[in-house]
Amino acid sequence: MKRKKRDYIWIAVFALLTGFAIPWALWGASTTIIGLPIWLWWHIAVMLIASVSFSIFTRGAWDRGMAIDPQEVKADD
Amino acid sequence: MIESTLVLQLGIIGAYLIVAMGIGIVAYRVTASTAEDYYLASRTLGTIVLLFTTFATLLSAFTFFGGPNLTYGSGPEWILVMGLMDGIIFAILWYVIGYRQWLIGQQHGYVTLGEMLGDRFGSKRLRAVIATVSIFWLFPYIMLQQMGAGEALVGLTNGAVPYWAGAALITVFIILYVAVSGLRGVAWTDTLQGLFMLGVIWIAVGWVLTSVGGVDTINRSMASSNPEFLSLGGGLYTPQWMIASAVTISFGVTMFPQINQRFFMANDAQVLKRSFALWPILVLLLFVPAFLLGSWAAGLGVSVPEGANVIPVLLGNYTPAWFAALVVAGAMAAMMSSSDSMLLSGSAYLTRDIYRPFVNPDASADREGWIARFGVAIFATAAFVASLFRPGTVITVGDTAFGGFAQMTLPVMIALYWGGTNRQGILVGISGAQLFYILHIFVPSTPIAGVNLFASTYWGWDFALYGMVLSAVFTVGVSLLTTTDTSENSQAFAVGTQAD
Repeated sequence: MKRKKRDYIWIAVFALLTGFAIPWALWGASTTIIGLPIWLWWHIAVMLIASVSFSIFTRGAWDRGMAIDPQEVKADD
Repeated sequence: MIESTLVLQLGIIGAYLIVAMGIGIVAYRVTASTAEDYYLASRTLGTIVLLFTTFATLLSAFTFFGGPNLTYGSGPEWILVMGLMDGIIFAILWYVIGYRQWLIGQQHGYVTLGEMLGDRFGSKRLRAVIATVSIFWLFPYIMLQQMGAGEALVGLTNGAVPYWAGAALITVFIILYVAVSGLRGVAWTDTLQGLFMLGVIWIAVGWVLTSVGGVDTINRSMASSNPEFLSLGGGLYTPQWMIASAVTISFGVTMFPQINQRFFMANDAQVLKRSFALWPILVLLLFVPAFLLGSWAAGLGVSVPEGANVIPVLLGNYTPAWFAALVVAGAMAAMMSSSDSMLLSGSAYLTRDIYRPFVNPDASADREGWIARFGVAIFATAAFVASLFRPGTVITVGDTAFGGFAQMTLPVMIALYWGGTNRQGILVGISGAQLFYILHIFVPSTPIAGVNLFASTYWGWDFALYGMVLSAVFTVGVSLLTTTDTSENSQAFAVGTQAD
């Protein structure tokens, strides 16, 4: 059950990254910071966070969702 | 003066292509003569090579020329679309589809997608359908590389080298290349190309910024020439268009034969993990500079001649001729290695999923190799002829191909995870969505009962998305309504968590 809960957290993380990669909240904004539009900085930040999250995922959560049914897989082995 | 520049530019391009060819020949000499080695380098690719070979395969004319052309015309928001698409959604699919395929492939020794699904559903027909659909959509994408190469040389040499000559040059090179080298050669040159292009594009940014006097100068002139460029959205960039592009491209990419075969190639799970985490960074490093250059060119008032690409023209204006030639050479070589990967995978589909099961099951390995090479030559030549007619921009042609592949993604995903999928379900899912998609491309939009049928969008959303939904509904619906045949092997995809 605990594992299931953490599955949902990861699904939520992936969904948030997907949802925020394009800065919808800054629609129409045109301020620039150090020569680049503010929305581009947002995007860069999200991509960096994505890379960190993905690397955490590969460490502690890889293999999630790969076995349809652990019992069945064991029987297969 | 002008003539000597031309000689210099062509010399650099020629030299680069010959070096790339040399690497292919070296790789060929270490290639064993088995199909698994020719097509998959015996599943031994390490992180850097796997990452770059997948990456470089994405580094096609679509990225180097199509992308900057788009940001030149419409503003830099394309960075966001491609970032979301390649850095996030594709990375997630890399795990969801790629890792699972790798696990299954490890257990059963599959080399192609068709082989994997054909075995699971006990259906040669399904295998042939997947191979045919894939080869069909590969065609416009190969064509796109030839268009890109032709346009690049027009831009670089100011029209001294005609469009057809550039397209022909790359066609000859890719045919030769695939003929002499297998996947190992392609993977090696991809890595070289990827690193080279990444370095060179940043040097280009530095060079342009130094010669115009900083990004503020560009922004000031952009504010008067294209004031809408700095604000997010507007023009082409509607939320619906951005989301639809990101979704169809990323889902489509996973079904590209050359990408999908990469899923079977990793040495161990560690390789897939590292690639997964590095993906968003690599995407940022490449797309931000490449696409900004396109928009900056607009801000700087660079005018691009009809039928040329913005990047070579921009570099021609702000960097020395040799550097511009080097970038174009690198981009052409990258396109060449993309095309090689595609053709190589296409030929794997042709020989393993169509020729062997249907035409000649007892063909010798030698004969299979010749069929593959012959197929590549005919295919590339036909794509070259089609590229001479230039049926659309690099972006439109690419988008059409991506959308076509995306119609297969959901049925495959469902089959990978849901044991209830059956043969009829996946067959109807794949062919039904293809039919829907192809009708929308070839039948002109017709108003029927107040709704425009066969339109390019419905309520602002791209028809490709509706096709994807349809493919999933068909696959699940038909699977539920029909009975599973006894020759289907629904246990084939049951893999465990211990596979690591």
